Amino acid sequence: MERSDTLQEKMEQNGMSRRTFIKYCASLASLMALPPSAAYAMAEALGKAKRPSVIWLPFQECTGCTESITRSHSPSIEGMIFDMISLDYQETLMAAAGHQAEEALHAAMKENYGKYVLIIDGSVATGLDGAYSCIAGRSNLESLKEAAKGAAAIIALGSCASFGGIPKANPNPTGAVAVSDIIKDKPIVNIPGCPPIPVVITGVLAQFLTFGTLPELDKLGRPKAVYGETIHDRCYRRPFYDQGKFAKTFDDEGARQGWCLFELGCKGPVTYNACATTKWNDSTSFPIESGHGCIGCSEPDFWDAGGFYKALSMPADPLKMAATAAVAGAAVGVAISFANRAKKGAAKSAHETTKLEDLEK
Amino acid sequence: MNELQFLTWVRGTGLNIAVGIFLLGVLWRLFEIYSLGRKQDLSAPRHASGASGFHTIFRRSLPPPGMLKRSPVSYIGGYVFHIGLAIVVFLFAPHILLIKNLTGLSWPALPSQFIDLMAVVTMAAMVVVLVDRINKPVKRFLSTFEDWFTWTVTFLPVLTGWMAVQHLLLPYTTMLALHILSVELLLVVLPFTKLFHVFTLFGSRWYNGKVNGHKGVPV
Amino acid sequence: MSASLEKGVRVLKEVIDAPIASYFNSCVHCGLCAEACLFYTETGDPKYTPIHKLEPLRRIYEQEYTLLGRLKKMAGLSKPVTDAELDEWQELVYNSCTLCARCSAVCPVGNDIVYMVRKFREGMSAAGHAPEGIKGAVNRTVSIGSPMGVKLPAVQAQMKHVEADTGLTIPLDAEGAEYMVMLSSMEIINFPEYLGAIARIMHQAGKTWTLCSTAFEATNAGIQIGNSDLAKVIVSRIVDGAEKLKVKTVISPECGHAYTALRWEGANLVGRPFTFEVKHILEVLAEFQEKNLLKTEGFETDKLTFHDPCQLVRRGGVVQQPRKLINQIAKNFVEMPDSGFMNWCCGGGGGASAIEEGEELRLEAFRKKKSQLEAVKPDRLVTACANCRIVLEEGLEHYQMDIPVVGLTEMIAEHLPERQKPEGS
Repeated sequence: MERSDTLQEKMEQNGMSRRTFIKYCASLASLMALPPSAAYAMAEALGKAKRPSVIWLPFQECTGCTESITRSHSPSIEGMIFDMISLDYQETLMAAAGHQAEEALHAAMKENYGKYVLIIDGSVATGLDGAYSCIAGRSNLESLKEAAKGAAAIIALGSCASFGGIPKANPNPTGAVAVSDIIKDKPIVNIPGCPPIPVVITGVLAQFLTFGTLPELDKLGRPKAVYGETIHDRCYRRPFYDQGKFAKTFDDEGARQGWCLFELGCKGPVTYNACATTKWNDSTSFPIESGHGCIGCSEPDFWDAGGFYKALSMPADPLKMAATAAVAGAAVGVAISFANRAKKGAAKSAHETTKLEDLEK
Repeated sequence: MNELQFLTWVRGTGLNIAVGIFLLGVLWRLFEIYSLGRKQDLSAPRHASGASGFHTIFRRSLPPPGMLKRSPVSYIGGYVFHIGLAIVVFLFAPHILLIKNLTGLSWPALPSQFIDLMAVVTMAAMVVVLVDRINKPVKRFLSTFEDWFTWTVTFLPVLTGWMAVQHLLLPYTTMLALHILSVELLLVVLPFTKLFHVFTLFGSRWYNGKVNGHKGVPV
Repeated sequence: MSASLEKGVRVLKEVIDAPIASYFNSCVHCGLCAEACLFYTETGDPKYTPIHKLEPLRRIYEQEYTLLGRLKKMAGLSKPVTDAELDEWQELVYNSCTLCARCSAVCPVGNDIVYMVRKFREGMSAAGHAPEGIKGAVNRTVSIGSPMGVKLPAVQAQMKHVEADTGLTIPLDAEGAEYMVMLSSMEIINFPEYLGAIARIMHQAGKTWTLCSTAFEATNAGIQIGNSDLAKVIVSRIVDGAEKLKVKTVISPECGHAYTALRWEGANLVGRPFTFEVKHILEVLAEFQEKNLLKTEGFETDKLTFHDPCQLVRRGGVVQQPRKLINQIAKNFVEMPDSGFMNWCCGGGGGASAIEEGEELRLEAFRKKKSQLEAVKPDRLVTACANCRIVLEEGLEHYQMDIPVVGLTEMIAEHLPERQKPEGS
């Protein structure tokens, strides 16, 4: 199919009104915490945008992030935006393969040097010089460094690219790290989540394409507007938490009444994400709503946070040191006992019976 | 380190280390203290000392005649603080859940509103005994850095725990993490400071009661 | 002439034991022991807080017998105990501590503080930091036989007086007697009535008894100065005497620490259990009373109160006996506040009364006794310890209180039915 030049034309072909598009832009703008007027600017800019180059490199990932984006809304505006941008390299989506794909990648990098947006999903393997994960005979580490050089901005998509994610989970056999651990001289936006909420990536892209700016980020490099509050703070089950009403098992009366899942291991209180407001599957629901606690998938090291079903106030791991420590303590104690007894014994055997004159100095 | 990592550390590695040091310290110190032994008493007992040691362990929790009047703050403040602390530590549902998780033992909890009140009362009593320590010449005279330090280390878990439950100042989980961390600090310093009296108190009272029982002195 | 800091520390290393370690580790600096100590309550000076009197001992314990203390010592982080410090502590350990054990009775964590003071004195005396007054008493007891320098002829002179007064024979070195009666030199010199009282009570009860020519002095200044070697020399005389005479029971006189020295420390000093029993005279009298062997007539009608000697109540377990005895001969017996187990010390026990330079403090502390007495306003004060009696008399005189002090045994003897004196005397 021949590609239309602008998004607006594409939309018209798909029978979508300008009004719907502006409404969508307004929702993006509000998600990114931009002023309402930004919606028109965004609509204007997106409508006329001329295929900015986007290069998407997949590293140690599971394609969940791609799935999340491509299976979002219907009709898919995100999908159309992806149609709109010049997605010059995306292994999963592109038709090309092998040498042809590599050539496309290098051509795009050369052509748009200094201007393209680099999207990374998946963590970067650093073990064995990055040999754990290679594309076309080159390690991800090498590819990342090369691609980052000419990038205007980098979007680390998903928890793996943002924080190392599941590949980095204990014992991290591949030496997986986040993009931000490797690249220090480019603006990086982390969009964590396993997978991330689709509208967030379109929001970030839309803002960059419209204004050439990146959203305000928190100390973990995440857009503040999206990751500013915990799931817990926005959870519809929060009143039960405040009343101290907790489900004790997944099928007890409390669970049926929709009580708080804290004691069942919900990580909502420490997870900063917008799931409770934007929800998933076209705003249908989110995990807590379907009866399962939040697993904290958008937080660093969520896989090693003590198990999904252990309350946050419980010990994360079995106390492995306890027995050893007790034995060591007893050993130290016994050793001191012997030393003390020897010292006391020595003092006793050195005893000289006091005579009257011994009371005087 | 973000909140989740901090919390995961304090309830994982941190707790592991703290409980390890606590157990190590307690056993080490108990051996160190009680292995010094004592001479057998060769004097004829007035009557068999029997349970006098155990009797004193309980009896010494009550003020001897006339003493309550001489130092009401020490006794009443001390009672409220110790009993309040025991209630908060052992009868709060999440704490029982924790103990169950670690040991498999559990018992009924008190309503959380009551625990909440007890935490406030306990803190108030601790502040009162602190003020008393500052004001009373004898207590101030006896006090060393350790006395102020151990007060703080004991107070922090109550304060942070209460603040976490009340959602004060910091997000719940950050406060929870600080609460667990403060408890870990308490566990680590307990065997090596005067807080070790939670263990040696029983030995001391027992020795005292045993000697008195041997002599037929009321215990 | 060999007392030294090193020797003192070495002796302390010998005596520090598990109870002391447990006590120091239990102390939470609550200061309640101060409230129980009359030297603090009457002066308000925090340095008289009982547990503070043990600070050098605590540091030696920590530096010698704890791992962290040893490490701190090696790293030079802990303050070593010095001669100058022990010198400073002499006042706290001797002058301002009568071993009354009120602190041990109130400590909420159960610390037997006085047990520690007694042990600390072992080191203090070995380091040459014992007060001259007690050293003199020890010297006289060991070399002459009695802290006041009393020798056998003085006792024999007393015996003659008493025999003349009562018409009874005072047995000396009577082998196989049931009781061997001990005296304190205070009784020989200041309160001769005691011996007469014993003679009459024993006679009435029909018991055999004796004095011992080699062991008549019960007081043990070695205990007060805190030197087990010298205390052993003194107590061994009594043990040898009692075993030589094959008596069943040795009677400790009206003297608190003599009772402690003989009853509780004696066997531990000589290193073996006694072959005889040790009883305080009040215990013996109470037994007589129970067996109806103590018959009295008449009653004291003036208002009496009883001062419990510390070593009898808190360190000896003799609490009810004096009360039963007094009630047999008195109509108007009243208790002072805090009497019995928690009675306040006269201020001169544990050797303190022998310390000349401690007199001012002693008199200041006596205000406690004064207030106790003022609460009941007795006509006479009864006690059962010759040392308490002397200290009480001094204190009462100082505060110009006109309350005579009497020994309980004598008072009972006064109520024995009159018997006909043998002809010719």
